[in-house]
Amino acid sequence: MPTLLDRLWDPHVVADLGDGWSLLHIDRVLMHDLSGWRAMEEMRERGLAVAAPDLAFATPDHAVSTAPGRRGDSYGPGERLWSGLRDGAARNGIPFFDLGQVGQGIVHVMGPEMGITLPGTTLVCGDSHTCTNGGLGALAFGIGSSELVHVLATQVLRQRKPRAMRVRFEGRPGPGVTPKDLILHLIGRIGADGGAGHAVEFAGEAIRALSIEGRMTVCNMAIELGAKMGFVAPDETTFAYVAGRPFAPGGAMLDRALAQWRGLASDADAVFDREVVVDAAGIVPTVSWGTSPEHTIAIDAAIPAPGAAPDAERRAAWRAALDYMGLTPGRPIAGTPVDWVFIGSCTNSRMSDLREAAAVARGRKVAEGVRAWVVPGSEAVKRQAEAEGLDAVFRSAGFEWREPGCSLCVAANGERVPESARCASTSNRNFVGRQGPGARTHLMGPAMAAAAAVTGAIIDVRRLAA
Amino acid sequence: MTPFTTVTGAAAPLMRPNTDTDVIIPIQRLTGTARDTLGRYAFEPLRYGADGAENPDFILNRPAFRSAPILIAGPNFGCGSSREGAVWALMGMGLRCVIAESFGDIFQGNCFQNGMLPVALPADAVERLARQAASGAPVTVDLASGTVTPPEGPPMPFTVAPLRREALLEGLDELGQTRKRSAEIAAWQERDRAARPWIWRETA
Repeated sequence: MPTLLDRLWDPHVVADLGDGWSLLHIDRVLMHDLSGWRAMEEMRERGLAVAAPDLAFATPDHAVSTAPGRRGDSYGPGERLWSGLRDGAARNGIPFFDLGQVGQGIVHVMGPEMGITLPGTTLVCGDSHTCTNGGLGALAFGIGSSELVHVLATQVLRQRKPRAMRVRFEGRPGPGVTPKDLILHLIGRIGADGGAGHAVEFAGEAIRALSIEGRMTVCNMAIELGAKMGFVAPDETTFAYVAGRPFAPGGAMLDRALAQWRGLASDADAVFDREVVVDAAGIVPTVSWGTSPEHTIAIDAAIPAPGAAPDAERRAAWRAALDYMGLTPGRPIAGTPVDWVFIGSCTNSRMSDLREAAAVARGRKVAEGVRAWVVPGSEAVKRQAEAEGLDAVFRSAGFEWREPGCSLCVAANGERVPESARCASTSNRNFVGRQGPGARTHLMGPAMAAAAAVTGAIIDVRRLAA
Repeated sequence: MTPFTTVTGAAAPLMRPNTDTDVIIPIQRLTGTARDTLGRYAFEPLRYGADGAENPDFILNRPAFRSAPILIAGPNFGCGSSREGAVWALMGMGLRCVIAESFGDIFQGNCFQNGMLPVALPADAVERLARQAASGAPVTVDLASGTVTPPEGPPMPFTVAPLRREALLEGLDELGQTRKRSAEIAAWQERDRAARPWIWRETA
């Protein structure tokens, strides 16, 4: 009766530390310029050696410019982070995928596409969206700087096993409803702390039917539920995705791996500490209206009034959010004009996302006064999109086609949505100031963001389809 | 690591739910600011106006709480980004303890790495404490006895995992403790190379 969490966690326990705590072996460490650089510096200052350089991988994504023609020093304050990560990786024998090379990109896009993220692995990064990698059936979670140094120096972490939670999306969503809508709907329903202290297994018919990229979109926002880990049991879709990737096993080694990976599932009689069932057929395109990922509503709903909040603290939070967002309660969210559109981030910057957005952009024009950016998640995504002509579709519609990186999701590279500007964004966080001081973010899926770009307002993409 | 034993002082109530680490320390301060000067930018979007002037309504700007060592916060405090700079910024402005109903998992872990104590109490206890502390009356947090002593009424018990508690009380370095187990780690890896050779790049 073990859960998938048990099957991922238990084999990695090097030592039982008591009270549910383990010394947990870590199979993969991903590093980016923001946290990886700092860890490399601290290792050097403290005279620490990297315990297992062949289990670590590095690429810059946060503080590098995404402007066409960019270099590592194009964004001044990021230059030492980029070069520090590069030099630290070289010093320690860690592969570093530099700008312009396949392997460069948002770490959580790069890991899976390079075959670094594998089913059944434990994987960490100094980045909370590491849970994205759970889409492949990995136990993947974000850590802070101190823990990053700890894992680099020892290849283990001291961790308490989280409680097991399962979210089952039963039934199939209707046309025009995407993985992003599933997860935004869920967070709106159970709250930004709905998964706190838990590892979340996403399951059910609607999840099974998703591509690996779609599963990654769902797992990406597990942290927005308060869960540091989210994952999907690997299946034939997963195994087909992994086969043939640069760092994935091949041949007889792949067969050996598959024999183990096929056992990575929760038993039929597994008991979960918390279980949530969602009717996927009842979900419609969903957008955020406020400043927490739990502030989401259906596209056909009205902007909520603070009086409807469940308690006094939330009433005050909703009021502050509406004020920050410049929205009037009671009005429909659809029709809210936007100034910016961002299609990118570790949530929605993979091929399936770009194809979905391009299908909307094709033959249309970005509305006057709107700036719309497409930032592919990785160099490999960029090259594939260009091979398919998607860059031309976006460009001729008036979108800017940029270089891979985190860009406007986190605004750590000088790229910002201006103060008070309203942005339709495929990213994962609508926090105060997240896309730049005073910027107003509305989270949504790629087709919805593209529809906002071409109409100049938040709109139900299904109404554009004709 | 700085040990944590006991702290007494003003406890500032900041009861908004879901205070994220982007609000605790904005990203642009992490690329351009030295770790030991982050305190100035803690809660920047709440603490200062657009013109850079202090927001007099923000709780930590009020005279009674300017040097408060304790923060009482709404649920899910420290959610979002894994940035450890959030803890460095809070400590940089003199905070040593945050009391809330719940915390972001990664933030909570980062606190323990730096000698900052996150105390989880039931929602009604947090609310009671926030009401009593609003005047600036001192609160005591004692890790050894596992109690929060409010301005009025009996001490409120809390628990911290024994492993974490001991490390905080003694100021133990986690890395040093783990290194004592290097033989166990090596033995595990030796077995794993045979069981899962595809994990190890030189054999994959």
